[in-house]
Amino acid sequence: MTEIERHSFDVVVIGAGGAGLRAVIEARQRGFRVAVVSKSLFGKAHTVMAEGGCAASMGNANPNDNWQVHFRDTMRGGKFLNNWRMAELHAKEAPDRVWELETYGALFDRTKDGKISQRNFGGHTYPRLAHVGDRTGLELIRTMQQKIVSLQQEDFAETGDYEAKVKVFAECTVTELLTNDGKISGAVAYWRENGKFVLFETPAVVLATGGIGKSFKVTSNSWEYTGDGHALAMRAGATLINMEFVQFHPTGMVWPPSVKGILVTEGVRGDGGVLKNSDDKRFMFEYIPDVFKGQYAESTDEADRWYDDADNNRRTPDLLPRDEVARAINSEVKAGRGSPHGGVFLDIASRLPAEEIKRRLPSMYHQFKELADVDITKEPMEVGPTCHYVMGGIEVDPDSGAATVPGLFAAGECSGGMHGSNRLGGNSLSDLLVFGRRAGLGAATYVEELGERPAVAESDVDAAVARALAPFDGPADGENPYDVHAELQQSMNDLVGIIRKAEEIEQALARLEELKKRAQQIVVKGDRKFNPGWHLAMDLRNMLLVSECVARAALLRTESRGGHTRDDFPGMDAEWRNKLLVCSVQGDAVDVSPKEQVPMRQDLLELFELGELEKYYTDGELAAHPQRKA
Amino acid sequence: MGSYQASFRVWRGDDESGALQDYTVEVNEGEVILDIIHRLQATQAPDLAVRWNCKAGKCGSCSAEINGRPRLMCMTRMSTFTEDEVITVTPMRTFPVIRDLVTDVSFNYEKAREIPSFAPPEGVAPGEYRMQQVDVERSQEFRKCIECFLCQNTCHVVRDHEENKKSFAGPRFLMRVAELDMHPLDAKDRQKAAQEEHGLGFCNITKCCTEVCPEGIHITDNALIPMKERVVDRKYDPVVWLGNKLFKRSGSKS
Ligand SMILES: Cc1cc2nc3c(=O)[nH]c(=O)nc-3n(C[C@H](O)[C@H](O)[C@H](O)COP(=O)(O)OP(=O)(O)OC[C@H]3O[C@@H](n4cnc5c(N)ncnc54)[C@H](O)[C@@H]3O)c2cc1C
Ligand code: SF4
Ligand code: SF4
Ligand code: FES
Repeated sequence: MTEIERHSFDVVVIGAGGAGLRAVIEARQRGFRVAVVSKSLFGKAHTVMAEGGCAASMGNANPNDNWQVHFRDTMRGGKFLNNWRMAELHAKEAPDRVWELETYGALFDRTKDGKISQRNFGGHTYPRLAHVGDRTGLELIRTMQQKIVSLQQEDFAETGDYEAKVKVFAECTVTELLTNDGKISGAVAYWRENGKFVLFETPAVVLATGGIGKSFKVTSNSWEYTGDGHALAMRAGATLINMEFVQFHPTGMVWPPSVKGILVTEGVRGDGGVLKNSDDKRFMFEYIPDVFKGQYAESTDEADRWYDDADNNRRTPDLLPRDEVARAINSEVKAGRGSPHGGVFLDIASRLPAEEIKRRLPSMYHQFKELADVDITKEPMEVGPTCHYVMGGIEVDPDSGAATVPGLFAAGECSGGMHGSNRLGGNSLSDLLVFGRRAGLGAATYVEELGERPAVAESDVDAAVARALAPFDGPADGENPYDVHAELQQSMNDLVGIIRKAEEIEQALARLEELKKRAQQIVVKGDRKFNPGWHLAMDLRNMLLVSECVARAALLRTESRGGHTRDDFPGMDAEWRNKLLVCSVQGDAVDVSPKEQVPMRQDLLELFELGELEKYYTDGELAAHPQRKA
Repeated sequence: MGSYQASFRVWRGDDESGALQDYTVEVNEGEVILDIIHRLQATQAPDLAVRWNCKAGKCGSCSAEINGRPRLMCMTRMSTFTEDEVITVTPMRTFPVIRDLVTDVSFNYEKAREIPSFAPPEGVAPGEYRMQQVDVERSQEFRKCIECFLCQNTCHVVRDHEENKKSFAGPRFLMRVAELDMHPLDAKDRQKAAQEEHGLGFCNITKCCTEVCPEGIHITDNALIPMKERVVDRKYDPVVWLGNKLFKRSGSKS
């Protein structure tokens, strides 16, 4: 038996981003002892990087907004493949979750009448994003971090121990979930600081580990985004859905090379910035797809009037959903109308006074000035698509966040369904709050109702530890993990990127096979103390598994929809709309199988005009629509 | 500008022993210190320990000292150095080294826990909070803090003065007290504690913390000095405190 640090908790939340922290708060408020585990320091999770805002139909900027409008926008953005129940809960509960943050101490930007200010974003009918300049994620994470501190202070007042109820395990990475008889029994992790292992004995785990972008070369994501939660869940027997849908954000930095992929917030366009090609033309007007015809301005004059008079004009196509804008930019560059460094221009300088730009977009100003020597109040930015977000994730029950494995819950970017084939900007931060809370609640309820807690099998712990340590014993002339990682990123970028075709995906799968073999031969240098080479070697195992899911699902889905564009199947196919591709793993073998979605509840379906639904649905599915029957 | 070979000296070691190690490493156009550290990891020193996340100055993970100056590695461009300059990268000095460029910053999390949290106003329901932009702006400035802890590392009260750590929260967390004190709806008195429990009195307004703040927050001028003035002004007279709270807009700069 391995000597190992042991902890026992009621609920272990893996991930300290928005979703994880909200889950912790909820489970603790239900009276449970909760651990929160994160790869980075507390307060540094990806959520901290979110810029533009958090979508919630509070109606502060336009009183016509309400949950139904938000729901419709979300379903349209996801091309009706979304889990409609999640989209419903999300639209209904987001305002309460945002207001709740104010009671934790958040300070959002204000409207003139002292309410929370809301800004425009792609795909949202009304200004809907609560924000703090362009550092909304920082506000969210800090607010919840501080709320957790305040709960710890309450516990201290009561027990003399800050950590009586909530304990933070920062820079601690989970490598394996443990099950007993199919139910969650614990998790194994290691401390980055010293490489020592930790065993969590717990009946309930909430996964809130974020995304997978680090498998792609050009990405806005950090080193943490290696798909750990996705992989942990699969290995524990849970399923993933929608893995073929990867969001390429239209506006990442393209120059200089070292910052390629770093995000330029959509807030730039929400606040008036426009996209232009090398002919100085606002090209987005050429790219309004059929399904959105009639919903967007058709001339620059109308588009410009819309900023001040949204009720009588249609919005600019610069604010189409992200998949559309990313593809448009891609086409412009391919057609030779790109900017000097292979992007297009994003111009805010000619649209707003310099002072206003600095006030509304301070961190963009700073980012370009410091990293690219570009003054965005004077010159346009150069931007191009960057891998940003994964719509796919752990298949969960919409109401409780429960995965298919008893005791396992998931929320935030690592869960799947909510955003369908494409996420609207601002809908992630709200997703974290709504479903973070629900997963925390789901886990608490599960623990309440559970009789005996499943025991951890010591042999599983030993096996997990041995697997983690294996890279130290690799062959003397073994592989360098950094090389394997770089090749994985290049392959996914080139072959399963923004535009896909069958033979390229097949090539990618062949390369993944090769890389999996090479990953077995990895050898790491140095010892177990804060050793990034070793950490990467362990992360690679997850990246390879998740990348395979992306590629296999992408190969099977023979249509284009949202964050999945097939050059060889350019159209959207109504027969595919209600089909989910479900990934699971047995040993090393990934299986991807289609599965039908539950049809949308009638009252929700009726929120849409028949004419719009006909663009997405098969005839048979619409037989019961009242406009059809009439 | 093309590529060139730069000379780097990087601290390698842990809390017990270590030394500066020399490296020659490629530099390309537009790169920052963190890119170079990553290149060292990928090509010469796979176990070189460093913290980072966003690579865009937003998360505050990559703090270190570059040629002795406390900075974010991801926001320090190579073009600010000449090609023949030797660049020395060392971990933050005020905190114990875990390994290489990674320090034990738990001091900061402990201090964070000692600052009483936001006290929501009684009787104001969620959704009913009303605050004017001008009134939230001062606290918003402080909430830009990315917790890089460079100010904590630089402040001479604790830099090389281990003995003061116990009774001094440091600029970041004194600023947190100020932030809550200036929050339009916070319901708690914070000024006395700032002085008596969090060590505001140690600060002699040298502004070194402000100088290193990558977010450009005016820590000394906007947080610490006003806090000191408030503490002196009222000498814990509850009536004055109430007045300060009610007339916050004018009082925030007093
Ligand atoms: C630059 C940028 C800007 C964005 N802007 C917006 C925006 O304006 N609006 C919006 O709605 N969305 C935005 N997004 C998307 C949004 O920020 C993310 O989708 C969201 O923050 C994800 O939150 P999360 O809680 O799911 O995970 P994260 O915040 O990513 O947290 C994941 C956590 O899991 C931990 N973790 C992962 N693996 C393990 C493991 N094996 N063991 C232990 N811990 C682990 C990590 O350490 C981390 O703490 C943006 C994203 C980026 C990259
Ligand atoms: S101004 Fe005060 S807190 Fe800042 S460095 Fe000087 S003494 Fe320290
Ligand atoms: S106040 Fe500035 S220097 Fe200090 S921790 Fe915050 S961001 Fe860093
Ligand atoms: S890596 Fe985030 S601030 Fe440098």
